[in-house]
Amino acid sequence: MARVQHQTKQVAINPLKSSQPLGAAFAYLGVDGAMPLFHGSQGCTSFALVLFVRHFKETIPLQTTAMDEVATILGGADHLEEAILNLKNRTKPSLIGICTTALVETRGEDFAGDVARIKARRAEELAGTEVVLSNTPDFDGAIEEGWAKAVTSMIDGVTIPGERARDPKRVAILPGWHLTVADIEHIRETVESFGLTPVILPDVSGALDGTVPDRWIPTTYGGTKVGDIRDLGTCFQAIAIGEHMRGPAEALQARTGVPYALFQQLSGMKAIDRFITMLAMISGNPVPARVRRRRAQLQDALLDGHFHFGGKRIAVAAEPDHLYQLSTFFTGLGAEITAAVTTTGTSRILSKVQSEVVQVGDLADLEAMAQAAEVDLIVTHSHGRQAAERLGVPLMRVGFPIFDRLGSQHRLTVLYEGARDLIFEAANIFQANQHQPTPEGLNPFRNRETDNDSCPTSFTRH
Amino acid sequence: MSLKAKIDDVFNEPGCDKNQGKDAKARKKGCSKPLTPGAAAGGCAFDGAKIVLQPITDVAHLIHAPLACEGNSWDNRGAASSGSSLWRTSFTTDLTELDIVMGQGERKLFRAIREISENYAPPAIFVYSTCVTALIGDDIEAVCRRAAEKFGLPVVPVNAPGFVGSKNLGNKLAGEALLDHVIGTEEPDDVTPYDVNILGEFNLSGEFWMVKPLLEKLGMRIRACIPGDARYHDVATAHRAKATMMVCSTALINLARKMEERFGIPYFEGSFYGISDTSEALRELARLLVQQGAPPELLERTESLIEEEEATAWAALEGFRPRLEGKRVLLNTGGVKSWSVVHALQEIGIEIVGTSVKKSTPEDKERIKQILKDENHMFDSMAPRDLYAMLAEHKADIMLSGGRTQFIALKAKMPWLDINQERHHPYAGYNGMVELVRQIDIAIHNPVWETVRQACPWDKDGRLLEAEPVRSFATHGATVAAPVHAFRKFASTTADDMGEC
Repeated sequence: MARVQHQTKQVAINPLKSSQPLGAAFAYLGVDGAMPLFHGSQGCTSFALVLFVRHFKETIPLQTTAMDEVATILGGADHLEEAILNLKNRTKPSLIGICTTALVETRGEDFAGDVARIKARRAEELAGTEVVLSNTPDFDGAIEEGWAKAVTSMIDGVTIPGERARDPKRVAILPGWHLTVADIEHIRETVESFGLTPVILPDVSGALDGTVPDRWIPTTYGGTKVGDIRDLGTCFQAIAIGEHMRGPAEALQARTGVPYALFQQLSGMKAIDRFITMLAMISGNPVPARVRRRRAQLQDALLDGHFHFGGKRIAVAAEPDHLYQLSTFFTGLGAEITAAVTTTGTSRILSKVQSEVVQVGDLADLEAMAQAAEVDLIVTHSHGRQAAERLGVPLMRVGFPIFDRLGSQHRLTVLYEGARDLIFEAANIFQANQHQPTPEGLNPFRNRETDNDSCPTSFTRH
Repeated sequence: MSLKAKIDDVFNEPGCDKNQGKDAKARKKGCSKPLTPGAAAGGCAFDGAKIVLQPITDVAHLIHAPLACEGNSWDNRGAASSGSSLWRTSFTTDLTELDIVMGQGERKLFRAIREISENYAPPAIFVYSTCVTALIGDDIEAVCRRAAEKFGLPVVPVNAPGFVGSKNLGNKLAGEALLDHVIGTEEPDDVTPYDVNILGEFNLSGEFWMVKPLLEKLGMRIRACIPGDARYHDVATAHRAKATMMVCSTALINLARKMEERFGIPYFEGSFYGISDTSEALRELARLLVQQGAPPELLERTESLIEEEEATAWAALEGFRPRLEGKRVLLNTGGVKSWSVVHALQEIGIEIVGTSVKKSTPEDKERIKQILKDENHMFDSMAPRDLYAMLAEHKADIMLSGGRTQFIALKAKMPWLDINQERHHPYAGYNGMVELVRQIDIAIHNPVWETVRQACPWDKDGRLLEAEPVRSFATHGATVAAPVHAFRKFASTTADDMGEC
């Protein structure tokens, strides 16, 4: 049971967070033919775009309403309308996902009203394009919140409301943002192996998996079809992954009556077993041989890997659900989370994080805590590299952004196979950074001497 | 001076040829082009200001903003430091909704400055305003003034909120901040007749270190290189240099011109990209120093160094001719920044098949016309779709551009080389030109291009396209056990049969 400790510093040093509108845009990028639109100044978009590109090594469709000084004072509705129409004409997207930013939210306008008026007035021109809005000021939340809000906005704005005939083979999957492309692909294959049809929202595996299309496409290519979002109500069951997906799952339930099950993480044996059991129950089919084999592999990986984890001290900085997932993973193998830092303090999952304290803060907090606790491993995104270098502690890169390593989207982190791979990755880092024994390091008197140094008891030393 | 007046002032730049070419009315409108919502690209003024100032290595750069302005953009530039790495530490007030609603921005900023000065003791703190903090009316200048008094270190306000304009405007506003608050605030005790300033050099991938030894060999001393690998005290004493070289087009032209006005430091625009431009830069620096009172023998030493270095570089480049002669390069940058790069490429037989002229002056365009065989290959800016089409049709052998268009080239299976700020290779000076050509060679001749362009043996539905695969198995001595329907398919190549499989 972790205690959440709030930030007391006035200055954030080496931020851990990426902004909330970035999280929302991320979710829209998981829709086929989508175009996320930042309602703010051009810099808001440019910064997020560059960060996405550095992480994914892909062209990222992301546009801006290009708010300038005059529009900021007089109001941005005209810019919003012009941007939507321009995007519609130039890129013919299936969905425009608007993410507000701190600039326009500080000014404060009736964005929902504006969007509704634009949609009504321009209904003819906008035919065939869904326009949805998420209120995502940068001064609040982080990726998790933005992602969840965007998914909710798509369900509220696109899914056909009301109870519908439900297909017992159709399962809606609402994954959290921290699942990689490989995770989504693996979940899809696993669900399909039970004879079920998964509808995944958002599905970043289609658009951000690094393929080479044979023509130029200005929007996303691949991802959830808008038609499938419309028909979410025909799903038999929804499965949300990550506490931050509870909101979208509840929105779906309220709108269509589709019940949901929430998995707070899918990297631990117990949770994975529950997930697989659920698929077997829904489908009425036995667990396929391949899945059973993977479970046995995970058992073996746990046995082989636990030697490297037992007694290790780990520092983790990540968004709440991701932090929870990683903390259960490491503690499940006998390691201890001695420093835990997260982005925002509101998620109810934080109390379940496997550490004494969860600090809401930045990478400077992580660095200080990691140093004090003399950790063996730092686990966070690429920005942790400076802290890791300074402390001489290895860094395991997770989450977003990872800009100095390739292939982060193809790392598997969920279900039996993902847990198995995570064990190998972390264990290999430990093995690569083993300290060689030295006479000084093992001398039984070494600590006592240090004690003497710090509080001299004998006057002969002076 | 108010921000509005400041912007008008930097827009009315007598040192800028483009500006001087305009009539009074056009000049009054300023340089900023209105952006099209939904079709805009590029950074904001804050981005531009930060780009110019952040490489000053020992300064703490504090961004007064909600998270995104700094949180989404820190530690993303390739400038190199030979000393402090404080500039890579990110500081932001990370304003929350409560801070904004309760009007606590200024107080939080003041306390943030205190925390930084207590914990990091930097020689100075730069404070950047942003859209939101400008909108809510935080007076960062007053806070900085008070904090400087209270904590006893320079606290420099950089007033360039994103919504006032483009990245280029932000560059200039950053220059103004240095003029108003930093340059000339300290007196050096070690002035020599050989002191020079280099403005607009970012030391990307450490490339200034390819040039610095050349200057030092001539006995020149870098008073301040702004901002690449600069220290605060270098910048503060920059007013005592004898000559200034302004690199990288017009980003800091206001700074160069005003330093000439205020401190009598003559400046010239030059470039360290390309062989003849590097020589020209050395020559001009020597000339200005001599004009300012350095011994004239400097000119001779400069000439003999140039002769030696040029000969070495050309000899090295000549080695690439057999591999690169006749290769076609597409230059897709804001505008050709250095003619001598183009010249050197052409000298070893590389062809320029197209270039963007978005930021070029009329004289530049005239020169491009002479260089390109077909003036249709001059484009203002190309839509990604058109650029992709051009590359996919193999109308070039390589594209040199900035990161923004990287993936257009790569998705078109076209070699690409980064020549912008995120690049990983240093291209300055004589060695840098050789390095650039070496990188072009490496990129073009990578075997990966053949592999990725290899046609896929099946169609979009996964059906094998023709009998070719089976035949190739046969020629390799392998036997393929295929089910009956496959034999039927490969026995005949008519479309009907293909459709049945």
